[in-house]
Amino acid sequence: MSVCISRSEPELELSSLALRLVELTQAGLPLLEDPWAWLAEQLSLSVESTLDLLKRLQAEGAIRRIAAVPNHYRLGYRHNGMTVWDVADTDMPRLGALLGAQPFVSHCYRRPRRPGWRYNLFAMVHGRSREEIDSYRDHLRYLLGDACAADDMLVSSRILKKTGLRLSPSQG
Amino acid sequence: MDDLDRRLINRLQLGLPLVRQPWQVLAAELGCSSVELLDRLHEMLIDGVLTRFGPMFDLDRLGGAFTLAALAVPEPRFEAVAELLGDMPEVAHNYRREHTWNMWFVLACASEQAIGETLSRIERLTGLVPLNLPKEETYHVGLYFPV
Repeated sequence: MSVCISRSEPELELSSLALRLVELTQAGLPLLEDPWAWLAEQLSLSVESTLDLLKRLQAEGAIRRIAAVPNHYRLGYRHNGMTVWDVADTDMPRLGALLGAQPFVSHCYRRPRRPGWRYNLFAMVHGRSREEIDSYRDHLRYLLGDACAADDMLVSSRILKKTGLRLSPSQG
Repeated sequence: MDDLDRRLINRLQLGLPLVRQPWQVLAAELGCSSVELLDRLHEMLIDGVLTRFGPMFDLDRLGGAFTLAALAVPEPRFEAVAELLGDMPEVAHNYRREHTWNMWFVLACASEQAIGETLSRIERLTGLVPLNLPKEETYHVGLYFPV
């Protein structure tokens, strides 16, 4: 899929370099002995400037890391549960950080309550069996204790679509 | 998959160091040659044990707008609605989850306005009111699957 990010307006050099970097590497970084030299050539930068750019984007959080993404199903992690929690808004920073710090939690976010939806804290857990993710949920419940008024776990039973987030070069 | 593959998978999930010779640093850490590391990485990408190797971008910070949304789809209509969302380029992921809210999807658009318009279109096309749950705060993002 494409995320249409308009570049019709003048932009800072950094953000246009960052977008160029996304276009160059969203399918993956070439497996070269010297990947930075390849990137530098593509970006018309020196190798040092390219490394500086990557470090800066990583420090700013635009790049989380340059890493391998495993197919977690292939590695045996076939079960995932979206655990959702109703906690007091005032406790949220502490509790969000607490759940997010658990090694089996892959994503942890605050999201809004809605009519008919009371849960404001989301933590995604992954495991190799249903029992394993059930035990993770129990552990999170134990950690939250009385701070949690209600909770649920929505287990994924089927992937209906998974294309990933993509920027389209054609939008450049 | 042997011991070196497993150590490589675990190590590479944590990220390549941003140093001048990253593969040599990693090779020294894992006790093999950088050529062997790259060969094994290549094999695991071809084989599908790894789906991707490269920078993991936080697209939120590079422009673009995202949300998590859900629909409570009556069972008889489930496949048709899944197909409709499957054809929409704005829908990046869609999962069935066992709950009254049984369809959970991520929208990726150019702007907040486009997110709103897409949700309205989904409502108009399905007659179902989406639950719109954009993230308000991120406490942790970091998939790590040790093997």
